[in-house]
This record gives sequence, C-alpha cells and structure tokens, in this order.
Amino acid sequence: MGAYIIRRIFGMLLVLLAVSFIVYLIFIVIPGGDPAQRIAGKVATPQNVAAIKHRLGLDQSFIVQWYDLVKSLFTAKLVSYYDGTNVVNQIKQGLPATFSLAIGAGIIWMGFGILVGTISAVTAGRFSDRVITAFALIGISMPVAWLGLILRYFLAGEGGAVSWFPDGGYVAFTSNPAQWFYHLLLPWFTLAVLFIGFYGRVLRSNILDTINEDFVRTAKAKGLSTRRILVKHVLRASLIPIVTLFGLDFASVLGGGAIITESVYNLHGVGWYAWQSIGTQDLPPLMGVTLFGAMFIVVFTLLVDLAYAYLDPRIRLT
Amino acid sequence: MAERLLEVNDLKVRFATEDGIVRAVDGISFELERGKVLGIVGESGSGKSVTAMTLMGLTRGVNAGFEGEVLYKGTDLLKVSDRAMQGYRGNELGMIFQDPMTSLNPVYRIGEQIVEAIQSHERVDKRTARSRTIELLRQVGIPNPETRVDDFPHQFSGGMRQRAMIAMALSCNPSVLIADEPTTALDVTIQAQIVELVSRLKDDFDSAVIFITHDLGVIADIADEIIVMYAGRVVERGTKRDVFYDPQMPYTWGLLGSIPRLDRPRPERLHTIEGMPPSLINPPEGCKFRPRCPHAFEKCKQEPGLENRVETPGHLDRCWLDVEFKRDHRDETISGGSVEAA
Repeated sequence: MGAYIIRRIFGMLLVLLAVSFIVYLIFIVIPGGDPAQRIAGKVATPQNVAAIKHRLGLDQSFIVQWYDLVKSLFTAKLVSYYDGTNVVNQIKQGLPATFSLAIGAGIIWMGFGILVGTISAVTAGRFSDRVITAFALIGISMPVAWLGLILRYFLAGEGGAVSWFPDGGYVAFTSNPAQWFYHLLLPWFTLAVLFIGFYGRVLRSNILDTINEDFVRTAKAKGLSTRRILVKHVLRASLIPIVTLFGLDFASVLGGGAIITESVYNLHGVGWYAWQSIGTQDLPPLMGVTLFGAMFIVVFTLLVDLAYAYLDPRIRLT
Repeated sequence: MAERLLEVNDLKVRFATEDGIVRAVDGISFELERGKVLGIVGESGSGKSVTAMTLMGLTRGVNAGFEGEVLYKGTDLLKVSDRAMQGYRGNELGMIFQDPMTSLNPVYRIGEQIVEAIQSHERVDKRTARSRTIELLRQVGIPNPETRVDDFPHQFSGGMRQRAMIAMALSCNPSVLIADEPTTALDVTIQAQIVELVSRLKDDFDSAVIFITHDLGVIADIADEIIVMYAGRVVERGTKRDVFYDPQMPYTWGLLGSIPRLDRPRPERLHTIEGMPPSLINPPEGCKFRPRCPHAFEKCKQEPGLENRVETPGHLDRCWLDVEFKRDHRDETISGGSVEAA
C-alpha cells in the first residue's frame, strides 16, 4: 500500500511535467502568442521587441524557456507578462471563492443526484420517473453560461424580474457567513444542475442493472425488507461507479475548472483568474492555473482508486 | 404420517410481456412432507425455476398473475401480503440458487451476509449471530470457519460459495429448503458433495427439500418423488422408482437417455431430444411435446390429462401411447440408438 502510493506520486509528477510542457508548446505555436510583440505595442521597432524578448528570456531555446518558466512557478517567483503580479499569489487569493463554490456545489449535486437517481429507478416507467428524466435531460442540455446569465438576469440585481439574490460577487465566509451563503446560492445551483441531471441518469441505470443481479435475489430470499435491500445491497453497489465520476468532476471544479460559473457570477476565484488571463493571452498565469487544476485531477485520481479498493474488496492495488 | 408442510394445488403463473402472455407454469400440484425430497426435473424454460421462485414469492410483480393455491402449513402464500411474505422467506422457506459465483454480494463478508439473514428474522445480538454463523459454516463443511467467516465471497471457491449459500439458507432453520439447480455451475465431483450435503442437512435440520435440476442423474440418489415438467406443465409424476424404472412419457425417456450411465451398455452417442421447447405464448395444441416426440400419432392432437395409466397408483403421466407399446420401445431412446446386445 505504501509502496503503491509512492509509485503513484512519482507518476503524478511526470504527468504534471508533461502537462506543463504541452501547455507551453501550445502557447508557442498559436498565432498571436508572442508576448514581446504584444508588450511592445502597435508601433514597436524591431529593436524594442528584441530587447523585451531578451528581458523575458524569450530569445533562448524552447527547452530553456520552458525550464525557466516551470522553475520560477515552483519557486513562486513567476509573474504575469501583462501586469507583473505574482501568479502563485493570485491563485492563492482565488482559493476561498473557488473552494467555496466547489464544495457547496459538490454537496448539492451529489445529494440531489443520488436522490433523483434513486427515486427515478425505484419508480422506473412511472410518472415520477418520466418527470425526473425530462428535467434531467433539460438540465444536462442547458449550457452553464446561458443558465447562469438567465438566472442572474431574472432573479438577481436590478433590471431583472425579481431581485431575490445579490447580483454576483463573493463575500468571504470569515467576514459574513450569511452573506457568503446568500451570494453563493445561485452559483452553486447553476454549477450543480448539469451534474445532478447527469449523475441522476447514471445512477438510475446502475440501480436498474443492479436490481437484476443474483445477489439482490438472494437478499430477497433471505427475507430482508425492501428498504434494506435497496439501501444496503442495491445502492451500495450502484454508487461505486458514481464515486469515480464525482472524484474527477469535483477535482476539476476545485482546481478552478468552473471558469464559466465563476466568470458569470463575478466570483474572483481561480477559474475567473484563468478567464482573465486567457483574455490577455498571458502565459505565466495560464501555466499556473493549468498545473493547479492538473494537480487536483491527479491527486483525486489517486484518491478515487484508493476509495475504489475500499468500496469493492475484489480490487487489489498493485 | 409425517407433517405435511406444503400443498400446491393447480398453481398457474403467467407473465404479461410485450409479445403476449407467457404461461410459465400451467397447472402444477404436489404435496411435500417433512423429511422428504421432491425432485423437479425439466429443461430450461419448462417452468421449474418459476415454480420455485413463486413458492418464495419472488415472482410477484405488476406483470405477474397467479392462480391456484400454495398452502404452507395451511396458509395460502399466494394471498399473503408482501410484508408478511418477508417473514416466510428465509425463515420458513430457504432457497439456494444456481450460480454461487453471483448469488453472494461481492462487497460484504460471508459472515456478514449470514448474520444479516439471522438478524432479519430473530432478535439476537451480533455476537450470538456470529457464533451461530461459524457453527453453520462448520456444519456445511467449510474448514477453519472461525477465520473463513471474515472472508469475502471472491476468496471462496465455487463449491465453498455454494456451501456458504446453503449455510445462509439454513441459518433460520426453515422447514422447506428449495434448491434451484444448486449443482449446475459446479464441477462433477463437487456436485456429488453438494447433493450429499443437502441430503444430510435435511435430516439434521429436520426439513423437507425441493430439488430442482435438469439432470435426472443428480437426484437419482436423494429424491423420494419426482415431477417431470415440460412447457410449464407436469408431464410425469411418480416415485423415484416409477420414473427411473417405468417411465411413461417419451420426454422422460429423452431425459434419461441423455445421462451417461455405468450400469448399462455404452451407446455410441448419448440421446438428444430434437428441436426446441415450444413457445409458452402460443403453445402447440394437444400434447405440448408432440412436435418433438418420435412416437406422436393422431390422438396426440388432443390434450392428454395427467392421469394414472399404469398399475402403480400415484404414478401419473400425460401420454396417449399404449403402456405395453411404450415398455417395448422406450429402451431405444433411453439406452441410445444402437445398443450392442448385452
């Protein structure tokens, strides 16, 4: 077990290095990516551009540039090409908003996903199942950007139909927990809708598969109550695949992946920072947030594998 | 006379499907007394498993319809509520299934699953239930039950899993044990051990057994009475002696002919019954076995009743053929096509 985890951590480091390499490569090859040209402005002389290139180290070989960038990121010295702010500090500042959004939304989507999936499977083919299925498909189909804007437009701020909710922004939990909750309600819901629909559908089909398993018939033949069979035998087996989905989706949101939700609701988190940096084609922050997100993905992949081995004793970690 | 535990009267089970109504069981009757073993034999789709599941109330559902009676100690189990049925399952009627590889929940320990069965019917604490579980595992022949009780199903072999299933089915000391093809998924040597185990435990637990199989050879040793089913109906019924030594139904001959036997001359090939079982949605008119029967004649287009046609009382069959004709010709099927003169 210990050796397994150490081996996995080495693998994770390799993945992160590869990700940084690919991000850098993409940035170099896309058109209009040359930061020196952009910093020098519209009427720059070639000498001007060359001087900026030299200052940023962009005149060196690809490998050296990449190495310098990654090194300065890991020593927390990396700064934005655009405004000179420290990338690591900026990401740190975004953490409270991003984590608040991710954890709240994660609880909502997992809870409601399990609830609607179970109800829908238990009443399969009946009215409640059809209603849930219709709503789930609508939820899955709605683009987050559209849903976020519509909700904000109609339910929040001035000019909307009603202003039940604050018009975007983030209030720190430490300064005012009630306002923190109030400001996050719409973003949580916006982000969770898609996942609720999706998890509900997946769980519904898992449950319907599991119900036909021989061991469920055995549980019935033992004389267990319907409720106990559902919770202890059916749901337990059906939730195992959901754990994988949740691990990776949650990691992605924690790592700043909710770019659209954070931007629409003006939550200054890691995703919002990424969105800003994309707008200015600012490589250092993009490298920072991409590696930050990738780190959560690889860590949660390991956690999911460990959880899997716990949930299903047939699985051996080797 | 021993206590009568089960009395099934003209049980019919039908399922509504998209293609029409499936008459899975179309009239079966039998009685079962304490200490006896009833064998139900037939090929896939003959209704034997549906019969067993119906006794346990496991076929209940919106698409299922039932007729007849299933009297357990005088109570009609078909009329008992779903909730009350939970009290019978496991407690009064225990069941073991065909495939021990999939019949145990892979994520719980063997012991937990048996303890769960005990605790669902009796108010006992975990410690007591656990020590009873260990004792049960010992009785079904699991070595080192004190440690194996904490194993997961995948750490057991197929034969051991079936033993664990038997321990679970017997954990609340049911009066009737229903074994639905318990040996089909196992090696031949293990099959014999499981049959022997069921037979021994039946006496230890003072219960009765319904043993379902497609292989007459499996129940040759233990069955007291045998019912042969075909297309949802009983086509022959009698004591083990009747069915093995004086079989009256050409379908039974086919089943007997498909078992390799050491006490008879070896045929070139084992017998196979040509064709497929009939559709249970639109069964053939008259005798359901007619399309596959080598001896079918004009009269077979009329439905034969399940009647006593031989000297032995209680030996029933559904065949229009003349008894003497059958006694002269059945060996061709039972012993294979070309028999060397013994």
